[in-house]
Amino acid sequence: MAEHYSSFEHKGWRWFVQRITAVFLVGVLAFHFITLHFVNHAAEISFAGTEARMGQIGYFSLMVTFLITGAFHGVNGVYNGLVNMGLKGTQKKIVAAILTIATLLLIAQGLRVAVAMSGMF
Amino acid sequence: MSQSYDRGTVESFGRWLEFKPGMWAWILHKLTGWILVGYLFTHIAVLSTATGVDPAAAAAGNDIYTTTLQSLEELLIVRFLEIGLLTVAVFHILNGIRLLFVDLGLGLDRQDVSFYVSLIMTALITLASLPTFLGGVL
Repeated sequence: MAEHYSSFEHKGWRWFVQRITAVFLVGVLAFHFITLHFVNHAAEISFAGTEARMGQIGYFSLMVTFLITGAFHGVNGVYNGLVNMGLKGTQKKIVAAILTIATLLLIAQGLRVAVAMSGMF
Repeated sequence: MSQSYDRGTVESFGRWLEFKPGMWAWILHKLTGWILVGYLFTHIAVLSTATGVDPAAAAAGNDIYTTTLQSLEELLIVRFLEIGLLTVAVFHILNGIRLLFVDLGLGLDRQDVSFYVSLIMTALITLASLPTFLGGVL
């Protein structure tokens, strides 16, 4: 019988949220690729077309949620990978702080972009 | 019940001949995850051209966002990078589904088979996508 193991400390909130965001991202990342490469070809994308999609509140909300969950899932995964490779003590705290700031900046800029694309605000 | 598992360090590349499918799956999931999160930052940077769009230029279809994206899409190397990104994303999604099942304790005895299935499906989806991604430049 294979043993059950994971890079994460179980029972932690980050372990749980990583799984919840994974379930969401599996569907939305696939949707994002299909929408912007197969339904609408990337080479034909224009600001007008982007604005038409992002101007719909449902699509806009989905993309903003995608941004936030994707940023968390990605950066949290990187952080756990580093911890798994032996990061600890002061270095761990500094890396956690840098990654937190980078994530918040990414989300802030992503929201600016989303708002500019939507033309709603 | 969950247990800790000592994989040793990934940097010990000399051990790769000893790796079993689960170890390869773990390494590839990490690698594709690093690539995807790196791409996310780049993606938002490129899309930030949308914050400087002039409405008149947008109406004419020659705004900075449209011209930047369309210029990038004219480069063959960008199309190949997109195919690489698709491959990375598809594997991360399929292996991620496999990991969710593993976390639920389902299919543990067949986790090596499900890894191989993830690889094969990734290859098939990538191959089927080539005409779409290379359309207009080849």
